[in-house]
Amino acid sequence: MAEESVKLLGYWASPFALRVKWALKLKGVHYEYVEENLPNKSPLLLRYNPVYKKIPVLVHNGKPLAESLLIIEYIDEAWKQNPLLPDDPYERANARFWAKFFDEKCVPEVMGAFASKGEEQEKAAKARENLKMLERALEGKPFFGGDKIGFLDIAVGWIGIWGRIVEEIAGVSLIDAETMPLLTAWLNNFLEVPVIKACIPSWHELLEHNKGFHKILTGSST
Amino acid sequence: MAEEVKLLMTWSSPFALRVVWALKLKGVQFDSIEEDLSNKSPLLLQYNPVHKKIPVLVHNGKPISESLVILEYVDETWRQYPLLPDGPYDRARARFWAKFSDDKVSPSMWGVFIKQGKEREEAFDQVFENLKFLEEELKGKKFFGGEKIGFADLALGWIAERVCVLEEIIGVKIVEEEKFPLVSAWMQEFVKVPIIKESLPPHEKLVTKIRGIREKFIGAA
Repeated sequence: MAEESVKLLGYWASPFALRVKWALKLKGVHYEYVEENLPNKSPLLLRYNPVYKKIPVLVHNGKPLAESLLIIEYIDEAWKQNPLLPDDPYERANARFWAKFFDEKCVPEVMGAFASKGEEQEKAAKARENLKMLERALEGKPFFGGDKIGFLDIAVGWIGIWGRIVEEIAGVSLIDAETMPLLTAWLNNFLEVPVIKACIPSWHELLEHNKGFHKILTGSST
Repeated sequence: MAEEVKLLMTWSSPFALRVVWALKLKGVQFDSIEEDLSNKSPLLLQYNPVHKKIPVLVHNGKPISESLVILEYVDETWRQYPLLPDGPYDRARARFWAKFSDDKVSPSMWGVFIKQGKEREEAFDQVFENLKFLEEELKGKKFFGGEKIGFADLALGWIAERVCVLEEIIGVKIVEEEKFPLVSAWMQEFVKVPIIKESLPPHEKLVTKIRGIREKFIGAA
């Protein structure tokens, strides 16, 4: 049988690529990582993701897939060990619902707080409001996936890192331990899980990278 | 145990229609509950407190929101007439095109519908770029799902169901057969499928309603 080939086109500072790395690691899948130089996208990336031209892209035996959450569902179906989504259709629907909520209602608000000049506090307040809603999906469990990490944990988990970076650079509060005790506790647990922790990029490098990004987004003139 | 399936919807919502199509294709009996979105019912607010939107599917008292999430639930719960294909890669591709519909095609179509002048020209460029990808995907296929309609067809089906309404209102052809022969053929075949055909909202009523939405939007700008 031909050897299986799994390639991940990513970017070291991308939380979306990190999600996919976490999924692959949790499943114990061996893969080749290809770092894209984002301002200068490779012909390979453009060929593999002509629609969005973005990373992450997973290429499994030559077949490309884009969009991080879709890639994670694919990984879950292609490799059956250590399931990421629960068995029950209703619980699967809940996991998908909250992942979508996070991407559509939390992430843009966090990005808004980061990119805004003058409206950071407003946007951060909205982000906090929406992030707080995620606690409904925790419902007294240690992880969104229950006793173990699952789909929703790896979909949302990066907010623990990038959220703190936005807080520091933009001078806002996003994850507030007082008003979001469950989310805070979950993040602290999640980011300490060895296989999760091992993939996280250097805090210092990420901070410097995003400081530069912030300058560009908010305009270099003061 | 008697199964109880309710769908909170509106007659004109393309998102609700996706769910109607899925349930009908699978032969699932359901009660439709028409919501008045200007006066949302306590039931809707209870079942979808996060978004307060339709469609909401309620299966034996358990609510599910977001049309594509509902479609996956319906497909996993009722196994007859599978909407998603078997293999993981083909399933991922079907999900990809469904997401593409909501992320790219829908907003670009809205742009063409409400913008005017140069802005509308630019919106058209976006629409054409998106349609080119769909045209490419349809090569060698009758439907996105292959020989029969599937998940991606239901997600993209609003194009077949609604573009003619938008074209009638703005008085401009959006999907030209010459430019997009495969997409045009798919649109015609899709609305011919019996379940789809019998579920189409009444045309004149829809035109009136959507024309009203456009006028309100342009008036408010």
